[in-house]
Amino acid sequence: MLAMIEANLPALQVVLPMLAAPVCAVLGRGTRAWTLAMAAVVLTFAVSVSLFVVTLDGATISYRMGNWAPPIGIEYRVDILNAFVLLVVSGIALFILPYARTSIAFEISEERQPLFYSAFLLCLTGLLGVTITGDAFNIFVFLEISSLSTYALIATGAERNKRALTAAYNYLIMGTVGATFFVIGIGMLYMVTGTLNLADLAQRIVDHGDSSTLRMGFVFILIGVGLKLAMFPLHLWLPNAYSFAPSAVTAFIAATATKVAIYVLLRFMFTVFGFDYDFQAATLRHVVLPLAIVAMFAASIVAVFQDDLKRMLAYSSIAQVGYMLLGLALLSHTGLMASVIHLFNHAVTKGALFMVAGCYVFAAGTSSISSLRGIGRDMPWTTAAFVTAGLSLIGLPLTVGFVSKWYLVLAALELNWWPVALLIMASSLLAIVYIWRVVETAYLQPSPEGVVRKEAPLWMLLPTWGLAALSVFFGTYAALTTAAASRAATALISASNMLWQ
Amino acid sequence: MEELLFDLGFVLTHYNYWMFVVLMMTGLYITVSYGNLVKKIVGLNIFQTAVFLFYVSTGKIVGGTAPILTDDPAAVYSNPLPHVLILTAIVVGIATTALALALVVRIRETYGTVEEDEIIALEHEMDAAIGVER
Repeated sequence: MLAMIEANLPALQVVLPMLAAPVCAVLGRGTRAWTLAMAAVVLTFAVSVSLFVVTLDGATISYRMGNWAPPIGIEYRVDILNAFVLLVVSGIALFILPYARTSIAFEISEERQPLFYSAFLLCLTGLLGVTITGDAFNIFVFLEISSLSTYALIATGAERNKRALTAAYNYLIMGTVGATFFVIGIGMLYMVTGTLNLADLAQRIVDHGDSSTLRMGFVFILIGVGLKLAMFPLHLWLPNAYSFAPSAVTAFIAATATKVAIYVLLRFMFTVFGFDYDFQAATLRHVVLPLAIVAMFAASIVAVFQDDLKRMLAYSSIAQVGYMLLGLALLSHTGLMASVIHLFNHAVTKGALFMVAGCYVFAAGTSSISSLRGIGRDMPWTTAAFVTAGLSLIGLPLTVGFVSKWYLVLAALELNWWPVALLIMASSLLAIVYIWRVVETAYLQPSPEGVVRKEAPLWMLLPTWGLAALSVFFGTYAALTTAAASRAATALISASNMLWQ
Repeated sequence: MEELLFDLGFVLTHYNYWMFVVLMMTGLYITVSYGNLVKKIVGLNIFQTAVFLFYVSTGKIVGGTAPILTDDPAAVYSNPLPHVLILTAIVVGIATTALALALVVRIRETYGTVEEDEIIALEHEMDAAIGVER
C-alpha cells in the first residue's frame, strides 16, 4: 500500500484536490465542506513535501500518466524547480484555508460556501497541475482549470461589492486571450517539432535550429504567459481583480497564481527554448528587462496614491512581478536564483499582507486606508503582522525580501550593470513610501470617535502571523530557500547548455 | 525579385493559414473594441475558433484520410493528435463561454445594463459616492 502511494505521488499531488472538489460541492454546509477541503489540502501539502525531499538532491522524477511512455503519453516531470513551486503553492493553500473559514463565513453567504471551497480546490488543482506536468498542452488545460475557477472565486466577491463581477469579467476576457495566445504558441512549436513533451521539445528545437515559426511561437508564449502573470503593460486585469475578490481569495491568488505563471515562463524560456537561444536572449534583454524596470517604478508610484489597501497591495504585486522578470531577464545563474527565491519570498510576504487586509475588512468593514486611522491601537496584533510583512516587502535585512533583493542586486553587479542595481534599490524606496503611509495612518493618527474595532479572531490571526513569521524565519535562515533556488537555477541552465552546445 | 514580393503559389497553398489570421484578428478586434459585453464574448469565440482551425490545419496531410486503423500499411492518414488536442480546447472554450455568459447575466441583474461605457459610468458614480461619505 505504502509503496503504491509512493510510486504514484506525482499523480496524487493533482488528483487529491481534484477529487475532493466535487465532493465539497455536494456537502451542503460550509463547515463540512471546509473540513474536507482542509483534509485534502493537508494531504496535498504532505505530498508536496515528500516530492520536495526526494528532488532536493537533484533527482528528477518522471511519472507516466496512465503508464503511457513519454513523449507520446503525458509525463509528470518533477525536478527541484517544480518541487519548490509545488511546495510554495500547497503551503500557501495550507495557510489560507484556516484563514478562509472565518473570513469566508463573514464575506460569503452560507449556501454558497460549499461551492466556494470546491472552486478553491479546483483552482489549487489547476495550479499544481500546471507546475507538475511535463506536457505543453497539459499546461494549457491546467492553466485554464485554475483560471476558470479563479474567475468564479473573484466573482464571489460580488456579495460585498458588485464591482467584483466586472472585475471577474475583465479578467476572464484578458485571461482567455492570454491562454489562447499561449495555445497558438504551443501550436507553432508543435508544427516545428511534432511533439508536446517539454523535454522532447527542447531536444527537437535544438535539432531544428532557429526559424521564423519558432520565433513566432516564442513571442506568442511570452505574451500569453505575460498576460497571466501581469507583466507590465499586460497587467490591467490585476488591480480590480485583487481589490474586489474576497480577502482569502486575493491572498491566495496573489501568492500563487502569478508565481505559477512565472514558473511556466521560466520553464519555457530555459528548459524548452534553452539558455543560449539568441532570439530569446535578445527579447529578454531588450524588451522584458526594460519593461520589468518600468513596472518596478510605475506600479510602485501608482501604489503610493491608492486609497484602498488591497488595491495598493495589488499595484505593489505588479512591481514585485517586475523584480522576478528582471532576475529572469538578466540571464545569469544569480539572476535566475534571485527570481526563484523572490517567487517564494513574495508569495509569503504578499500572502501575509493580503491576509492582514482581510483582517481589517473583517474588523472595520472596509480596507480603505483613510478608514484605518488609529487601527494600530485597536488591532495591535494584526497591525504588527502588517509591519513585519511590510518590512519584508521593502527588503529590510532579517526578512525574506532582503534575501531576494540581495541576490538581484548581486546579479546586476556581476554583469557590471550598476545602473540596474541602483534602480532596484531606488524602487525599494518607493515601497517604503507606500508601506509607511499605512503604518503612519494606523499608529500615529487618532482613531475616529465612536468606532469600535476588535482584534481579528484567532482563526484569521494565526495563519496571518504564520506567514509573517515565515517571512522573518526564512530571512534569518535563508540557507534552505537559497540552496533550493540555487539548485533550481543550476538545473535550468545546465540542462539547456548541454543542448545548445 | 517579383516572386519574392508576392508568391501567389505560396499564398494560395496556405490559404487556410491566411483565413486563420483573418479570423483571429477579427475576433481579437471585436473583443477589444466592442462595448457590449455579449459581443465581446462572441469576439472571443471567433478568436478561439480561429485557433481551432489553425490546429486542425497543422494536422492535415496532403492526400491523407481519416486516421482509422486499417490493414493497409500504405494508408496515408492525417495527424490525429492536433484534432484531439482541439477537442480538449473546445471543451475549455465552452466552459469559458458559459462562465462568461453567467457573469454577464449577473452583471445585467446588478447593473441593469451590459454596455461597458454605462457600467464604467455607474462605477465612477460609486467611486464618487464613496468620496462624499468621507
